[in-house]
Amino acid sequence: MSEKQVTRRNFLYVTTGAFAAAGAASLAWPFVDQMNPDASVKALASTEIDLRPIIPGQSITVMWRGKPVFIRRRTQAEIDEAKKVNLADLPHPEEDSDRAKNPEWLVMVGICTHLGCVPLGQKGDYNGWFCPCHGSHYDTSGRIRKGPAPTNLEIPDYVFLNETTIKIG
Amino acid sequence: MSENYAPKSAVGRWFNDRLPLLNLIYGHLLPYPTPKNLNYWWTFGGILTFCLVTQIITGLVLAMHYVADADLAFASVEHIMRDVNYGWLLRYIHANGASLFFMAVYIHMARSLFYGSYKEPRELIWIIGVFIFLLMIATAFMGYVLPWGQMSFWGATVITNLFSAIPLVGESVTNWLWGGYAVGSPLLTRFFTLHYLMPFLIFALVILHVWALHVPGNNNPEGINVVQGSQDTVPFHPHYVVKDMFALVVFLVVFAGFVFFVPNLLGHTDNYIEANPLQTPEHIVPEWYFLPFYAILRSVPDKLGGVILMVSAIAILAFLPWLDTSKVRSAKYRPLYRQFVWLFFANVILLGYLGAQTADGLFLIIGRIATAYYFAHFIIILPLLGYIEKTKPLPKSLSEPVLSPEERQMKAAASGASA
Repeated sequence: MSEKQVTRRNFLYVTTGAFAAAGAASLAWPFVDQMNPDASVKALASTEIDLRPIIPGQSITVMWRGKPVFIRRRTQAEIDEAKKVNLADLPHPEEDSDRAKNPEWLVMVGICTHLGCVPLGQKGDYNGWFCPCHGSHYDTSGRIRKGPAPTNLEIPDYVFLNETTIKIG
Repeated sequence: MSENYAPKSAVGRWFNDRLPLLNLIYGHLLPYPTPKNLNYWWTFGGILTFCLVTQIITGLVLAMHYVADADLAFASVEHIMRDVNYGWLLRYIHANGASLFFMAVYIHMARSLFYGSYKEPRELIWIIGVFIFLLMIATAFMGYVLPWGQMSFWGATVITNLFSAIPLVGESVTNWLWGGYAVGSPLLTRFFTLHYLMPFLIFALVILHVWALHVPGNNNPEGINVVQGSQDTVPFHPHYVVKDMFALVVFLVVFAGFVFFVPNLLGHTDNYIEANPLQTPEHIVPEWYFLPFYAILRSVPDKLGGVILMVSAIAILAFLPWLDTSKVRSAKYRPLYRQFVWLFFANVILLGYLGAQTADGLFLIIGRIATAYYFAHFIIILPLLGYIEKTKPLPKSLSEPVLSPEERQMKAAASGASA
C-alpha cells in the first residue's frame, strides 16, 4: 500500500471528525447566544416621547435601551451656527441637515464616542456638549470638534409619528 | 506507564519539563492498561464524567439568568424558558441531565454490585463513589428547590423538617437551616450557593475516584486479577476510548430524546405552579431517583426511626466491602449471589414504585417488607453467602473462558513447550 493512498479508514476518520466538529459547533452556539440581548430586552427596544412640554432652548434626556438620549429643541441661533460650519474643518464631516431631520429637533445618543461617558449640555468651546471625562468638545449639532473622541455623537433611528411625538428605535 | 512519554513539539517539551501535566494526562488516558474483556456496563464511568461536565456547564449559564430570591426565582425561571436565547434548551438539558446522571450512576453502581468491583483491593474507590453519590443527592435536591414551584417548596419543607427529628436540638437545627421559622428566601439563597459549590466538590472526588481506580486497575467481568501489561490488557486508547465514545453517542440519543421530545416527562407538573406556603399539593413526591429512599422513609411509623433508616440505607453501602464476605468478585462465578443480586435490584425498583404511591393500605405493608429485605440483603444475606455458597472455579486468564476446548489444549501445549 503506497503512503498517499486514501484508505477506507482515512475516509471514515475524516468524515467522523468533520461530523463531530460540526455537531460540537452547533451545540456550542446556544451557550454563546444565551448571553446576547434576550426577548425581554428586545421588547423594550423602542421608546415613544411626547415633545409638547419642551420649549425652544430646552433639552430633555430620555432612556432608550438603557442609554441616555438627548432631545434638544434648538434655538434659531444654534441652528444657524450649526449650518454655517465649513465641513472641511470637521474631524468627522457631516451636514447638520443629515443629523437633524427637523432642524428644530436634535435627537442623539448621549454617550461620548470616546469611552462612553455622558457629555454635559451647553458646555465646551463650541457651545454644544462637553465630555468631562477626557475633554471632548461637540458643537450645536453634536459633531466632534476638539478632543479625543473619534466620531460625532450617534444619531439613533427615530421617526416623527406626528408633529409632537417621536419614536426612537 | 507514563515515564517514557515525550511531547513532540518543542513548546510541549518545554512545558512538560517544568510541569509534567501532559505526562499525567497521557499516562491516564492513552496507554493505561485495561482488561481486554470490559463490556458496555463499563462505559458508564465515562458517561458519568460527561454528565457532570454537562451539568456544570449548563448550570453555569443558567446561573447567569437565575435570581435566587423567593419573590423573583419562579419568574426568573420562566424568563429563562421564554425570553433568554435558547434558555428553554439549556434548562431542559440541565433538568433532564440530572435525571440521566442518576440513571447512569445507578447503572454504574449496579455494575459494581454485580461484578464485585467494590472488593479488595478496590474498597476505597467504592467508598469515594458512595460519597460522590451522597453529594449528588444533596446537589440534585437543592437544585430541585431553586425553581421555587410547589414541589420545590414542599420538597424543601419536608426534607429540612427531617432534621427536626434530631432529639433535643432538632428545632434549633431546622431554624438554623432555614435562617427563619419556615422555608423562605434565606433558605433559597443558601441552597443556590451550595448547589453551585457542590458540583466542584464532586469533580474533585471524581479525580480521586479515578486516581484510586488507576492504582489496582479496572475490575472486569470475570472478576479475576489481571496482570497490568500482560496479554490480558489492552491500552485504553484507542480500544476503550472508541468503545466509550460509541456508548456515549447512544446515551446522547436517549438524552436528546428526553430533551427534545418529552422534556417534562420526568418532572412534576405541580412545579410549574409558584410556591405557595399556604397550600400543600395533594400528592407530594420527590424526583424519581429518590423514590426508593423515600419509600424507606415512609415505611417506618416513627419520625426519628424513618429518618435513621433512610440515612442508613445509603450509609450501609460504604460498609459493603466488608459485609460481603465472599472472596470471589464476579457474580458470574457465584451462582447464589447472582440470584440474590437480581432480587436486590428488583427490590430497589419495587421500592421506587412504592415511593410514588400513597403511603397507606397494601402499599405500606409491601413497603415495609421491601424495606426489611433491602437491609436483610446487606446484613444477613451477603455475610452468610460467603460461607455457604459454593462458587464456580475461576479462570486463570481472561482468554480462557472464551477459548474452545481445542484452543485451550493448544495453548496449554504451547505454554508447556515454551516452559
